[in-house]
Amino acid sequence: MAEVHKEPQEFTLRIRRYDPESGEPAYWDEHTVELEPHRSVLEGILQARARFDGSIGIRCSCRAAICGSCGVRINGQPGLACHTHLDKAVASSRDGVIEVEPMGNMPVLKDLIVDMDQVHWKKVQRVTPWLVNKQPIPEREYIVPAYNMVDVTQSMACIQCGACVSDCLSMEVDPLFIGPAALAKAYRFVGDPRDAQQFERLKDLAEDPHGIYDCTHCFKCIEACPKGVAPMNQIMRLRRMAGDVHGINDRNNGHRHEIVFAHLIRDHGLLWEAELLPRSYGGDSFFGKFHPAAGAELVSSLPAITKALVRGKVTPMGALKPHKLPKQDLGQIHSIYDKVEGREEPYELNLYVTGYDEDESGAEGMPSAETGTPGMEPEESPSR
Amino acid sequence: MKVAYWPGCVSRGFTPELHGSMAKVAPLLDIELVALDRACCTGAGVIAEHNQELADTLNARTFALAQQVKGADLMMNICSTCQGAQTECQERLDANADYREHVNGTLAEQGLQYEKGLTNKNFLWVLVEELGLDELRSRVKRPLTDLRVGPFYGCYIVRPVDRLGIDDELPRDTYLGQVIEALGGTVIEYAGSHKCCGFPIITMNKEVSLKQAGRHLGDAKDADADCLVTPCPLCHLNLDLQQPLAERLVGRELDMPVLHLPQLVGLALGLEPKELGLQRHVVKPTSVIDWSTSIVAGV
Repeated sequence: MAEVHKEPQEFTLRIRRYDPESGEPAYWDEHTVELEPHRSVLEGILQARARFDGSIGIRCSCRAAICGSCGVRINGQPGLACHTHLDKAVASSRDGVIEVEPMGNMPVLKDLIVDMDQVHWKKVQRVTPWLVNKQPIPEREYIVPAYNMVDVTQSMACIQCGACVSDCLSMEVDPLFIGPAALAKAYRFVGDPRDAQQFERLKDLAEDPHGIYDCTHCFKCIEACPKGVAPMNQIMRLRRMAGDVHGINDRNNGHRHEIVFAHLIRDHGLLWEAELLPRSYGGDSFFGKFHPAAGAELVSSLPAITKALVRGKVTPMGALKPHKLPKQDLGQIHSIYDKVEGREEPYELNLYVTGYDEDESGAEGMPSAETGTPGMEPEESPSR
Repeated sequence: MKVAYWPGCVSRGFTPELHGSMAKVAPLLDIELVALDRACCTGAGVIAEHNQELADTLNARTFALAQQVKGADLMMNICSTCQGAQTECQERLDANADYREHVNGTLAEQGLQYEKGLTNKNFLWVLVEELGLDELRSRVKRPLTDLRVGPFYGCYIVRPVDRLGIDDELPRDTYLGQVIEALGGTVIEYAGSHKCCGFPIITMNKEVSLKQAGRHLGDAKDADADCLVTPCPLCHLNLDLQQPLAERLVGRELDMPVLHLPQLVGLALGLEPKELGLQRHVVKPTSVIDWSTSIVAGV
């Protein structure tokens, strides 16, 4: 490839420095290094350390995106320093200087090194990150269907770098949230047919107020992950399995909210907001709103409700009477519900397993539908 | 431009001023709205969490209805969450012919069929990619001079970038800023512009949900924003309707008006705050109304 032979050029790094033992606040430090543009940000940092300042703290080992040690934030985005090219990093910078900071949501030990033990590893330990064998253990090997194996391979691709933890928006305000990395790890075992504790694991994670229902579905972890683990997708699968497969009616209203939502759309075609909230607390029926839990929620929401009524944002009639689709269309919605929900096994298309159909235009690098390339995304987005 | 228009549920329920202002603004931009009155809720990601095939089939039905609108250039929505939820379903439907056929099998009973490759854009994307910023600029009657506006996108319209087709050519995660500038306003940069409003967990963990909203509103206030603008009615619920509760949770006064995108566009196109339903917000957009009166007085 032509790029490999490019001449070395200058890159300026702006590194966030902090040494808790110095008693000084954090500050920015700039160094200009000279490297070929396809070299990594990590190599840039290491050159700055070798040439200008031996005290720059960075954790690294394999330099090949395998060990997960060098997680940092580059121009505000989390990722692996060894997996980010210098030229790409300059292109995504604000002012031509590559900004390198320690990851977020974890305390800084020194410069670019964060305390993974205090946050990330504690959370991983929280989800029993090992296989609990079904008994009796078969005499020969345990045969796992290929589909299940490919499915859990996605979460097994995690290298524990903490990039998703760094960017998790729920954890930003709720440090107790179990978080994307640990929950993806939980799915690795929940989705493994050899594991004996699927129900116990799901029950535990659904009932924990900082568990699967504490995820806001913001996609940040999907963007952050350098290995295509898509932690949020694993969390959604955990929810589906907890609520819909095991019928776990959690105390966080998670499953009830989902069921009430689906039923309101079946009955009305459009969302009836005034019913969604009380029924999520009180239960999936017209009487849900009279449940004490719904009452307590109503009282706590009064400041917002009163203002909305005073301003005419929501009219009492509007809140009490749902907007509805025409009868004929509701009938069509019902028949879709009946048919799809009536299946013995839910039909789920897992694009990680199946891959994408080859585009007729023959775009290069498109994974074929037959083999499927895990973690590959289509070059052409369907929304374009 | 004629569009198959999906207004969404909340824009006709708890944020009626959104659908109302869109209807007022569309003719001023020569956008003909053909409302998809027969379509159902996108599921907002919740139905997909419950049963993926159900969400895909319900949305395929909407897409099929949109494709039946004669002469429509594309399908348009006014809700970040609708955009994200629909694009997720469309990704699966477009990715796999067998799956598409399977879903179409259910729709066939209703005489409907989804054909791969629908173009579905949020109003924000339509403004930039279909109408064009120059065209928008030329229609401005009351430039948003000196109005300091913080963009608030909503997660579903900025992530994941691959699925939403965001790249160097289509930097859709910068469009709100570009639109604010084209309307003559000042774009306020603050930490929360691309973060989560917290709404999806409002029933599961209200405190965490509203702390997120409160934090972003506070960041915008610290950056001296006069108001925020969002293309997502669900974000609007957490940022505006719930702002009194968010204030308590973050322990500070916020008083930050939040406008729907069509409302901001409408103001610049010369419509009056009242026509755009600004008086219906929980947080009175005093700063915006004062600004609009001062501008009108000055003309």
